[in-house]
Amino acid sequence: MNMMDLTMNRIDMVFNDLREKGSKALITYITAGDPNLGATADLIIEMEKAGADIIELGIPYSDPLADGPVIQRASARALNNGIKIADIMNMVRSVRQATQIPLIYLVYYNSVFKYGIDRFVKEAHDVGIDGIIIPDLPLEERGEVFDITKQYGIHLIPLVAPTSHQRIPKIVENAGGFVYCVSTTGVTGERDEIQTNIKDYMEEVSRYTDMPKAIGFGISNPDMASQLKDYCDGIIIGSAIVSLIEKAASRDEMLDSVYRFIRGVKRVL
Amino acid sequence: MKSITGRFGIFGGQYVPETVMNALIELEKEFNAAIQDEDFMQEYRYYLREYAGRPTPLYFAQNLTEKLSGAKVYLKREDLNHTGAHKINNVLGQILLAKRMGKKRVIAETGAGQHGVATATGAAMFGMQCEIFMGKEDVRRQALNVFRMRLLGAKVHSVESGTGTLKDAVNEAIRDWVTRIEDTFYVMGSVVGPHPYPTIVREFQKVIGEEARAQILEKEGRLPDYVIACVGGGSNAMGIFHPFYHDKQVKLIGVEAAGLGLETGKHAATMAKGSVGVLHGMKTLLLQDSEGQVMPVHSISAGLDYPGVGPEHAYYKEIGRAEYVAVTDREAVEAFVELSRTEGIIPALESAHAVAYALKLVPQLPKDKIVIVNLSGRGDKDVETVASLPEVEL
Repeated sequence: MNMMDLTMNRIDMVFNDLREKGSKALITYITAGDPNLGATADLIIEMEKAGADIIELGIPYSDPLADGPVIQRASARALNNGIKIADIMNMVRSVRQATQIPLIYLVYYNSVFKYGIDRFVKEAHDVGIDGIIIPDLPLEERGEVFDITKQYGIHLIPLVAPTSHQRIPKIVENAGGFVYCVSTTGVTGERDEIQTNIKDYMEEVSRYTDMPKAIGFGISNPDMASQLKDYCDGIIIGSAIVSLIEKAASRDEMLDSVYRFIRGVKRVL
Repeated sequence: MKSITGRFGIFGGQYVPETVMNALIELEKEFNAAIQDEDFMQEYRYYLREYAGRPTPLYFAQNLTEKLSGAKVYLKREDLNHTGAHKINNVLGQILLAKRMGKKRVIAETGAGQHGVATATGAAMFGMQCEIFMGKEDVRRQALNVFRMRLLGAKVHSVESGTGTLKDAVNEAIRDWVTRIEDTFYVMGSVVGPHPYPTIVREFQKVIGEEARAQILEKEGRLPDYVIACVGGGSNAMGIFHPFYHDKQVKLIGVEAAGLGLETGKHAATMAKGSVGVLHGMKTLLLQDSEGQVMPVHSISAGLDYPGVGPEHAYYKEIGRAEYVAVTDREAVEAFVELSRTEGIIPALESAHAVAYALKLVPQLPKDKIVIVNLSGRGDKDVETVASLPEVEL
């Protein structure tokens, strides 16, 4: 057993710290390689400076069926650049020298499967990844990946949805990191409001687990984050940030607009 | 925990977002109850008979048989179904299931448009709201079917993402389903997708093979030597293959689209060139690169233009129960013209792939052999595409 396995996972450390401080985690998402890998590395550092607590890196995929148009386009831009998984691993390894912020891969199952589950998880662990989210790998199919991530001390972040109900206890059983609570039925993307009765939903999840709970999908501004924060331990924002990256005319404008947006959200958490 | 839910060997499964899992479990429960329910099955058979026009003939293609001078050729005339293809068999089953589950809105993906037309038709008859997802490339090349769907009252979404073909239409239909999971029934058009869809679609298409098996026994007093069908996702093929599964002497041949040729990379021959992967909720054979990115595919026929294949077909291939071959766009077009001129039957370009393989195989067989070709659909929708080809003079 190597040293990594003996130390606490960075995700757990962040939630422990925030719980002591009585504040909530801001989890931000960007697609790796959008618009290029250099920008991704810069954005990780900039987002941390702005107040992000945990960062999700999307591994671009040809058929991201849990994603709305904004992240679909980001994925397409990254793939048009010829981004490969090995390039992303190398970028993470190098960024890991500069920051201890928890990093999570958001990756579709076929990417992991085709790369080799053990190889993918081992390399992710070696470069300093702390968690993996696989949006198309439900409870029924996750067994093998779950075992391998445990072996490497990486959290396979469990996802629950407002439709999960009686499935929640099994989904959170033995899981680590945090529970990714999908706010509403649908795909990723900014929304004006969340239709789900969040209070009932989060109470239902809390009945089955003490793990930290983060809400994601559709959260697009500080007001929405502020309304949701009392029901959870963290807020996940993706499309709103990716959209700023898409709109920016230059590298400086991109870093600046993302920085200001994240500051604004973190302030209310 | 290791699940064996809905597996065909290693293939199949349920690789979908958590949001739809309860809906799939509910669907499986309702489906299992429905097919055990004699009232449900009677209603299904009633509509197959009175509305779709079943049973379809098993037609002895005498002219073609004489011309090819080999085995006897029979055509299973799925093109004579209402709406012009086998797709209606499955749609009637799923629409009745949707009705049973109290769903008022149905969605579907479509490639060639035949499944979209069939779904729009069923929705019109049962008074359901209907939305169809179709790749923008297919909207262009199957314009006639787009008009038909709109005429039937369906809303047709032109899907711009990806390659704008069937694969992307499925992605978009799944995204819509995830969003409207509470009130929407997804009418899956082929033996693809997460469990239980491949099984549901097979069960509602196996009427093709059950009829064909009984018809050939009546006409010839014995089983056929070969059953040939085209394979995109594989619903017409699975529908005719499955009832022959235990008849080991019957050779089952699936015909994929070789497009411009297997060596060009511009094809949709998943069985010939694919590797194991996960797409649209299923583990199956897939045309993908070394990183699991799904590759663009090509076929002149919109219905075969798909980078995956039904998981049960992948299993049939693995255990050697069926053989899978591929024919090119050019061969399919030649067969399209040949069947039109020899038998007076204009086949869909999809079905023309199966005919094309028969044109190659039949002359090599002795005269006492029997071949059944599944003529899955009619070719009206493809006349414009074929007429625009320089090698065809109309």
